[in-house]
Amino acid sequence: MSTADIISPEFAAADAPSFPDDARIADPAPFVRFLPDGTKRLDLSISGARCGGCIVKIENGLGAMSGVEAARLNLSTGRLCVTWRGDRVAPKAIVAKITDLGFRATAFDPVAAQSEEDSEGKFLLRCLAVAGFAAANIMLLSVAVWAGQDGEMGPATRTMLHWVSAAIALPAAAFAGRPFFRSAAGALKARRANMDVPISLAVILALGMSVYETLNHGRDAYFDAAAMLLFFLLIGRYLDHHLRAKARASAKKLLSLQASVATRLKQDGDVEVVSARDIEPGDQILLAPGDRAPVNGCIVDGGSDVDISLVTGESAPVYKKAGDKLYAGVLNLSSRLILEARAKTEDSLIADLTRLIEAGEQAKSNYVRLADRAAALYVPLVHSLALLTFAGWFFIGDAGLRVSIMNAVAVLIITCPCALGLAAPAVQVVATGRLFREGVLVKSGDALERLADVDAIFFDKTGTLTLGRFRLTNRDEIPQYMMKKAAMLARASRHPLARAIAEAAGIGPLAEGATETPGCGIEGDVHGVLARLGRAEWVGGNGDSVGGAAGATETWFQIGDAPPVRFLFEDLMRADARETVRAFKDSGVVVEMLSGDLAAPARHIAEAAGIDQWRAALSPEDKIARLDELGRAGMKVAMVGDGLNDAPSLAAAHASLSPGSAADASQAAADFVFQGDSLAPVFAAYEISKKARRRMVENFAFAALYNACAIPLAVFGVVTPLIAALAMSGSSIIVTLNALRLASGPRKARVQ
Amino acid sequence: MTALFFLIPIALFLGAVGLAAFIWSVKSGQYEDLDGAAERVLNDDDLDEEDAPE
Repeated sequence: MSTADIISPEFAAADAPSFPDDARIADPAPFVRFLPDGTKRLDLSISGARCGGCIVKIENGLGAMSGVEAARLNLSTGRLCVTWRGDRVAPKAIVAKITDLGFRATAFDPVAAQSEEDSEGKFLLRCLAVAGFAAANIMLLSVAVWAGQDGEMGPATRTMLHWVSAAIALPAAAFAGRPFFRSAAGALKARRANMDVPISLAVILALGMSVYETLNHGRDAYFDAAAMLLFFLLIGRYLDHHLRAKARASAKKLLSLQASVATRLKQDGDVEVVSARDIEPGDQILLAPGDRAPVNGCIVDGGSDVDISLVTGESAPVYKKAGDKLYAGVLNLSSRLILEARAKTEDSLIADLTRLIEAGEQAKSNYVRLADRAAALYVPLVHSLALLTFAGWFFIGDAGLRVSIMNAVAVLIITCPCALGLAAPAVQVVATGRLFREGVLVKSGDALERLADVDAIFFDKTGTLTLGRFRLTNRDEIPQYMMKKAAMLARASRHPLARAIAEAAGIGPLAEGATETPGCGIEGDVHGVLARLGRAEWVGGNGDSVGGAAGATETWFQIGDAPPVRFLFEDLMRADARETVRAFKDSGVVVEMLSGDLAAPARHIAEAAGIDQWRAALSPEDKIARLDELGRAGMKVAMVGDGLNDAPSLAAAHASLSPGSAADASQAAADFVFQGDSLAPVFAAYEISKKARRRMVENFAFAALYNACAIPLAVFGVVTPLIAALAMSGSSIIVTLNALRLASGPRKARVQ
Repeated sequence: MTALFFLIPIALFLGAVGLAAFIWSVKSGQYEDLDGAAERVLNDDDLDEEDAPE
């Protein structure tokens, strides 16, 4: 497919001033897949779709394009799949259409998308359904057996019901027990014992013993216990998997970030769109306003204001011209640049950051979860108890082989970690739901455990303690008519300061023929008079700019010969940053600020937020070094950050949070993502994590207590199938109810 | 007692039908987009999809 002829008109227009929001559309052509049946498929990641109306808008909008066969949006994952036939549909036109409809679409790496399908979750769900069917039906038969125990039911009927139970339980266990059998076999092969070993043993022994009893027309069969055990444990297993799958899906976002495209200039002057991965050092790349640099490079032509906040955390845009170096991830703001690649994507900064993130996540996966720690204690204990029971009955009690085995198996069944299997996942699911209502997205279950035991928290400055957006601070000093006129120019630019003016002025007309001079400002025709908005020297502002407030960011506006007006800006602190910092200090957590910005603005914000310890001008490596420093001192540190430069430290920290406005990579690396302009959710996440941990410990304690009561019964051989069933379901229900207590806690008013 | 010989199979058959329906729904991806499914219920645009504008 020829992409050059699609892109050329856009290329010609790239230098013209543009409306603030018509971000140039990247051509997703390199990510189109050709399916065997002749259709073409494109996977896009859509942001901004939140309701049923959005589904209708997007699907019908695309369906109306001629040639498109199907468009289906998955609202939960934000993934859109479009299929079409032939060449009538240009991939770029699809993205353009979605942009027109008011959403943002990014190409998704097809390889990453393919592995997305959650086959493991479906497998667990099928097992769960089979186990539930078996448990319910066997229980119906078992209740009949127990009710008829006083002689109302003859041994022949009882044996028949046992055989029916066996016919349900044996295939069901063979099907639904696979997740446990597999995991247990894997663990045994590696000469370890995990929680699945006693589970598998209990299920297999319970079934085997029951079949033996049924053959001998015995009274007690444990078919119902085996099926119920599998059912309860699979619930816990599924909840746990569900949380993990969510975490994985967000990590995949990082891959989609890398699936970016670049516009390469060919030798003959033509342009072509290539996948960012195919860029070789020496290639000339065209960077239009709104594009991010895909690789590290050097500007060979043009000059423009660029936003380097994702890389360094510095919030004010910087002017870069020919000869200057650009890092990957830098956003071009005002004018077309030609960049010569100096590295491949794999060697560029974003790739470096990705590697650091992966290293951090590796370290995090070494974290041993509470449930696993409990299992490590539990397994040997239970097995030696069962063995002791057998030995006791056989050698000391002289009870014969059959009774000894029966009692040993009863110990295994009754101690089977039903409540233990539910203890942690149930709490995590409830806590995750509670935090979701507070505006916090939890990406992994064990993140709650990790956040609960931190004793220090690091905040990033730009975008975390502050909102990362400039706000006009001297609006009252500016005459209304000047404001209106300046806004007309400001609306034509995507420079953050101009945006702030446009935002403060609201909706209004646009200046005609506005042209932007990179590094200086924007000029245009306002009601027939030439006006300029930009740097003091360029606009003609007087020496006042030097005497302005220290560290203040400013821009000037002049219309005709009227005296220039000064606009002052500040990156505003989040309204409740101070309270949040105090709340952490009150609960005994050390608070520190790590910033990539310069010392002066860092000090200003640190003092305003009430943080005594702060460090400025840190590189991503410096931030990790600081984390390690405290880590070696035995402290567990949580990190809150938003920039691309924070992503590695977010991944390396013991637990991490990031605002919803953060870079994709940072959101992917963080354990928690909080929404809105308030910082309160950070403390809410910490508080609820602590509570969740308390519930988990309670649940484990309860499971231990239950075992302490039930084991003597089993050891002395007085356990019947009825007692086993009651104990098992009773303990599971109590553990679940205890977890649900978390959901009913007092709900704080959410700051909008 | 003979009632058991047909009542138990009937009960199991009905249960199995429910189980099969559930497994089918998992397999056909009914649980992949729960949020979307909740919203799609309200979408009646499919009625006039044929004469949608080009």
